[in-house]
Amino acid sequence: MRWIWIDKFIEFQSGRHAVALKNVTLAEEHLHDHFPGFPVMPECLMIEAMAQTSGILVGEAKNFQEKVILAKIKKAVFFDYVKPGDTLKLDTKIESIAPEAASTSGKITCADKLIAEIDLIFSHIDQNLAGKEFPEENFVFTADTSVFESLLRDVVSGNARTGADSEQK
Amino acid sequence: MAMNRDEIIQQVQEVLVDALGVDDDEVTAEATLMGDLGAESIDFLDIVFRLEKMFGIKIPREELFPAENLMNNSDFVQNGKLTEKGLAELREKMPHTDITGFLDDPDINKLGDLFTVNAIVNYVEGKLNAA
Repeated sequence: MRWIWIDKFIEFQSGRHAVALKNVTLAEEHLHDHFPGFPVMPECLMIEAMAQTSGILVGEAKNFQEKVILAKIKKAVFFDYVKPGDTLKLDTKIESIAPEAASTSGKITCADKLIAEIDLIFSHIDQNLAGKEFPEENFVFTADTSVFESLLRDVVSGNARTGADSEQK
Repeated sequence: MAMNRDEIIQQVQEVLVDALGVDDDEVTAEATLMGDLGAESIDFLDIVFRLEKMFGIKIPREELFPAENLMNNSDFVQNGKLTEKGLAELREKMPHTDITGFLDDPDINKLGDLFTVNAIVNYVEGKLNAA
């Protein structure tokens, strides 16, 4: 089972830029302990949400032919808390992409307030370590994409808006 | 884009400080990326991306850090040391590094020591001058 930390793609420009949404809810049990009486989304999970958003953008850029693995967190700076009831917008773009790796930059906002800036580096496993075995949970997405399918459906079918006219009004 | 060596050194320093989280004064000309500055293979990818962006050049990964091809080829390595063929290949593929010290003991485990800050500056200079 994978924790999916994004709910929907609202924009997707293949190989360039993507925007995803995540709704934060008090039904997420870890919030009851983080912290008791003061539920806030853990920063590490915000990084994971960005990793999933950026990872799918990077993976789709190569038609999901490569296994994409989060290799390095270049930067993760947080400016404000995220509370139950918040809707996060995760905006990411590919800075560089090469056969063996990709570099992304990203911003998380909530109602136009800047929450975080997260820059990541992903490695393309087949180009780097072909033939070695890795546990499935290391990968942003796996061969069994059934859980991610609903997210990918918007991307693959083009339902997530693409192109220059897809700016939020 | 004409840049003198000092400007290149300064910008390479900035890239390494950002990528590796080290202090300015640790990034000396002879500092080795892996030994002194603690870089790992993932950091090499990060460094390549940042150098490409900063200098507006394209860096095929095998050009700057070709060690992997050298190390995995049995023509070039025997008993953990580079053969004559290996050394010739090294000279050809990595003209930006200074291999004089390495020649005394061409142990492949010491290949990492060739990746110094100076080597990167040399490589960038070469690329910028060729452009």
